[in-house]
Amino acid sequence: MTGKEISTLDLVLSAPRSPSEITGHPYIGIRTRDLGVISTTFSQIATQENTMKDTDIKRLLYMHLFCIFSIILSIFIPSFFLENFSILETHLTWLCICSVLVTVVNLVLYLVVKPNASSKRSSLSYKVTRLLKCCVYFLMSCFSFHVIFVLYGAPLIELVLETFLFAVILSAFTTVPCLCLLGPNLKAWLRVFSRNGVTSIWENSLQITTISSFVGAWLGAFPIPLDWERPWQVWPISCTLGATFGYTAGLVISPLWIYWNRKQLTYKNN
Amino acid sequence: MVLNFVTTCSCHTPAQKYTLGASSNRTKLPPPLFSKVVIVLIDALRDDFVFGSKGVKFMPYTTYLVEKGASHSFVAEAKPPTVTMPRIKALMTGSLPGFIDVVRNLNSPALLEDNVIRQAKAAGKRIIFYGDETWVKLFPKHFVEYDGTTSFFVSDYTEVDNNVTRHLDKVLKRGDWDMLILHYLGLDHIGHIFGPNSPLIGRKLSEMDSVLMKIHTSLLSKERDTVLPNLLVLCGDHGMSETGSHGASSIGEVNTPLILISSAFERKPGDLRHPKHVQQTDLAATLAIGLGLPIPKDSVGSLLFPVVEGKPMREQLRFLQLNTVQLSKLLQENVPSYEKDPGYEQFKMSERLHGNWIKLYLQENHSEVLFNLGTKVLRQYLDALKTLSLSLSTQVAQYDLYSMLVGTVVVLEVLTLLLLSIPQALCRKAELEVPLSSPVFSLLFYLVFLVSLAIHVIVCTSAESSCYFCSLSWLAAGGMMLLISALLCAIVSAATRMFVSGDLLSKNPDPSNSRWSELDLLILLGTVGHVLSLGASSFVEEEHQTWYFLVNTLCLVLSQEIYRNYFLQDDCEPQCCFHIGQGLDSAIPALQDRTGCKASRHNKECESPSPREVLRGRDKWMVLASPWLILTCCRLLRSLNQTGVQWAHRPDLGHWLTSSDHKAELSVLAALSLLVIFVLIQRGCSPVSKVALALGLLGIYCYRAAIGNVLSLWQQDNKDISKGIVEARFVYVFVLGILFTGTKDLLKSQVIPADFKIKTVGLWEMYSGLVLLAALLFRPHNLPVLAFSLLIQTIMTKFIWKPLRHDAAEITIMHYWFGQAFFYFQGNSNNIATVDISAGFVGLNTYVEIPAMFLTAFGTYAGPVLWASHLVHFLSSETSSSSALSHACFCYALICSIPVSTYIILVTSLRYHLFIWSVFSPKLLYEGMHLLITAAICAFFTAMDQTSLTKS
Repeated sequence: MTGKEISTLDLVLSAPRSPSEITGHPYIGIRTRDLGVISTTFSQIATQENTMKDTDIKRLLYMHLFCIFSIILSIFIPSFFLENFSILETHLTWLCICSVLVTVVNLVLYLVVKPNASSKRSSLSYKVTRLLKCCVYFLMSCFSFHVIFVLYGAPLIELVLETFLFAVILSAFTTVPCLCLLGPNLKAWLRVFSRNGVTSIWENSLQITTISSFVGAWLGAFPIPLDWERPWQVWPISCTLGATFGYTAGLVISPLWIYWNRKQLTYKNN
Repeated sequence: MVLNFVTTCSCHTPAQKYTLGASSNRTKLPPPLFSKVVIVLIDALRDDFVFGSKGVKFMPYTTYLVEKGASHSFVAEAKPPTVTMPRIKALMTGSLPGFIDVVRNLNSPALLEDNVIRQAKAAGKRIIFYGDETWVKLFPKHFVEYDGTTSFFVSDYTEVDNNVTRHLDKVLKRGDWDMLILHYLGLDHIGHIFGPNSPLIGRKLSEMDSVLMKIHTSLLSKERDTVLPNLLVLCGDHGMSETGSHGASSIGEVNTPLILISSAFERKPGDLRHPKHVQQTDLAATLAIGLGLPIPKDSVGSLLFPVVEGKPMREQLRFLQLNTVQLSKLLQENVPSYEKDPGYEQFKMSERLHGNWIKLYLQENHSEVLFNLGTKVLRQYLDALKTLSLSLSTQVAQYDLYSMLVGTVVVLEVLTLLLLSIPQALCRKAELEVPLSSPVFSLLFYLVFLVSLAIHVIVCTSAESSCYFCSLSWLAAGGMMLLISALLCAIVSAATRMFVSGDLLSKNPDPSNSRWSELDLLILLGTVGHVLSLGASSFVEEEHQTWYFLVNTLCLVLSQEIYRNYFLQDDCEPQCCFHIGQGLDSAIPALQDRTGCKASRHNKECESPSPREVLRGRDKWMVLASPWLILTCCRLLRSLNQTGVQWAHRPDLGHWLTSSDHKAELSVLAALSLLVIFVLIQRGCSPVSKVALALGLLGIYCYRAAIGNVLSLWQQDNKDISKGIVEARFVYVFVLGILFTGTKDLLKSQVIPADFKIKTVGLWEMYSGLVLLAALLFRPHNLPVLAFSLLIQTIMTKFIWKPLRHDAAEITIMHYWFGQAFFYFQGNSNNIATVDISAGFVGLNTYVEIPAMFLTAFGTYAGPVLWASHLVHFLSSETSSSSALSHACFCYALICSIPVSTYIILVTSLRYHLFIWSVFSPKLLYEGMHLLITAAICAFFTAMDQTSLTKS
């Protein structure tokens, strides 16, 4: 992590900023007046962090826009190739397409953007084991989601495929970004999803999108007992739609939320 | 709390009009069509028992009559509540009884409304009745001869009917009567115990068929000496659901056969497959016309036209006119703008046409014109009847708005008081004191009292319709007003105190770092979500889904908390300290929240070092696995009993087990569950009660074997099914013994203050006595529910509540949620049909009202009651702080009263909803009963709290 810090410091120092931008922050401005030179350098570092954050937020926003775009694509593209395609009637097809598309887009984006510090050990065998581990984790998450759905009351024998595909799409929304960002490291996952455990913008957005997907899926179960007799009330359509809406909402909300709270957000860089 | 219930009851007492007048046009009544009428009412006779394959197989004579005989057959639709007493009322008065009659079903007062029986008696007819006692209570002194059989001893299904049939020969021979009513209960009893697919049903149907044949042949032989033909009516009061009970509005419960047999009818091949659907209320009007009586005043039914089809046109029109006149009068009384009603317009039109027809008729113009006009008038009348009847049955429901408002105000005031006293009750002394003495408020008190009394007088003198609250005595009404104003003053003073202390609180350190844990968030959201869901009829029908969902989510949140605690703390210690510290900080502001109360967290920090040091090795793995274990248990229980409406027909384990092919499996499962119950219960008991418990559980198995539910271990050859009275009473002795030992221990703990352990043991013994009683009352396939409930309680206590050290409020709410979930796990739902009334007859020879009601209530609410009593034991054994129990009591009262009070308001506002009688009213009854039980539990809590206070 120290290596990364130095590199970003260099980056910021090489591009000098205008003084107005340095003192633009009122809080920092007071400090500048009170503490003089020392805090000027301190505020410079803070500003560097701020600008770093701003660029990161921008990258985050673009990434999320790509993800949303991929979901929209998964709704409209297949109708050109497949006859009688609609989300409700050929729901399983849509589930497959959507989960594959979201997974691929996530992978590509994370490979391109590389928000996390790439590890120094880049031996092939390490990478391969890491990849295999990721695959195993993904499958494990699919199965454990399936088990959780059954525990929640999904039918055990009927509609197995539907339940499993719901598990797959939920894994694509939640587990795949986690694997991309944190790698197969359960402790890091637990840290990110407990309070005050977030250490970067990326993890923060990950937390928001994941939780909102879960909440979406959870809320999606509520319309099932209603007697409206709509086609989308059938298991698991309302839940998958809920998860999708939740994921999309998370994608939209997280950059905005981080942008609004960028001054309050301080991350412990351990 | 008890008061809440009283007002709940008063809330749903719709204004019933006790109008006693007779129809005005008695003098002009046409002569009767039939000389003698026999009504054979078979309780719980479903339409397919007669018209379906069962009817063809077991009721050959009836099938013959329906297909080829001189008869008219219909499917009569019963309106919910499909319970006997309201149905008898509907059959005899033709009106639609309200839901309060379900409660009165147990203790039926005399029927005051105008009805066929009263009219018949007034006309000098001699009526004889044999069968269900309810009739005798409903129509006292109406019968010249009667023999009532009790309807509440469910496990007897041969004697009840023999007691009716034994009079038949004598009565049929005598013939000195005009109306004979027979009410057979056996079929209903078989349905309650064995379900509609039992072989006993077929046997009972054949018996009924032979009874019908006997009556019919006797009537035919009598007919030769009389001028007028006789009428034989075969009907059911309500149907039977797929589980064999009734009360709700499923198709099986609502559809009953109605067969009118008389030689006056034409012999024509009836369409057996598709009898016409009519309303049950139509019978009253038809009977009245058939006997030449005025139609009951409040009847909303229309004449069954096929009955009079054979008569000349003039008489037909006259009958129809009588019926429409009666209906339109009823409409005029009930609807202010009756002239705009389409039915009324049709009625006016057809009366005009009728007049024209009469003119033509008097001119003796017997041409085709007359006939054509006649048929036109007829059709017009029938249409008018249909529309009138329909608009009446939707509009007759009247509400006593004033009484409902009074009830709602009291409930709301109690709730506000509870909500306002949250901070006070939880943070300081945990005492809910009602400030009444303050002089400023006493002025307000008198003012409010006088104003409300004035309002009461004005309302009661001005209102035309009768009102339940006005009909109370002045003393009771005054007491109510006193209560309302006292509560209002208490609220005002509590609010001012809150306002003052709110100023103080705001000076406290900022609450910015106060964030609730996920658990608190879930509890808050779950409570709010559940309360909101009560507004939708589907969510009320499927309330079990809500609770299962919430309980599952609770388990997942708990598991998240556990994992965070056990994995994360290993490598980052400071973070965990920070977390705990934060939990402490959040104590004060969170008190303002209504569910999150964490006062007891203050004294946690000094108790134990760190949760993960307590548990190592195997225990740690148990802790990690415990939420998943609980989830698995819940999933298994969920598939045991399918309840609700939408998925109730799905096959479930319970049905599989109770079917007669799987008796061996059921026996093994029951024995295993009893064993698990023993193992889990015995650890906290004293040696004496351990023995008593073991014997009691053995006795339960013997009882089930004796009444034939499970395989017997020793007496394989003895096939006859007894009532198991001896075995059940044997168990009762042990239940009472264990409860007595528990009480003795509790009393002893008061005398010897030092011994803390005695109290715990005493409480556990009380708890195990209740478990034993529940095990006796539960049906054998439900015994796993009890076993799993104990298992979950043990797991939660050992691995979740103790290590994670939740505070009293959180534990209370978790107990409440699990109690609710177990209420549904045992097969209950929000309609009346699922109440297992056979629990009220365990070990009783005859119907004894008070024990039977108590046992039924306990059997139904066993889940919540057992969880609440576990809560008492847990809190008094675990937490050393004395305020935990009173906190828990307060939280329990609050969490129970929030849904109820919201629901009362919702129901008041939704009173014209389409499903008000079929969905919302039964739920209101359940909530009222639940509130009563909560009040009892809270009283127990307070008693326990008092003992702990006097001790310290």
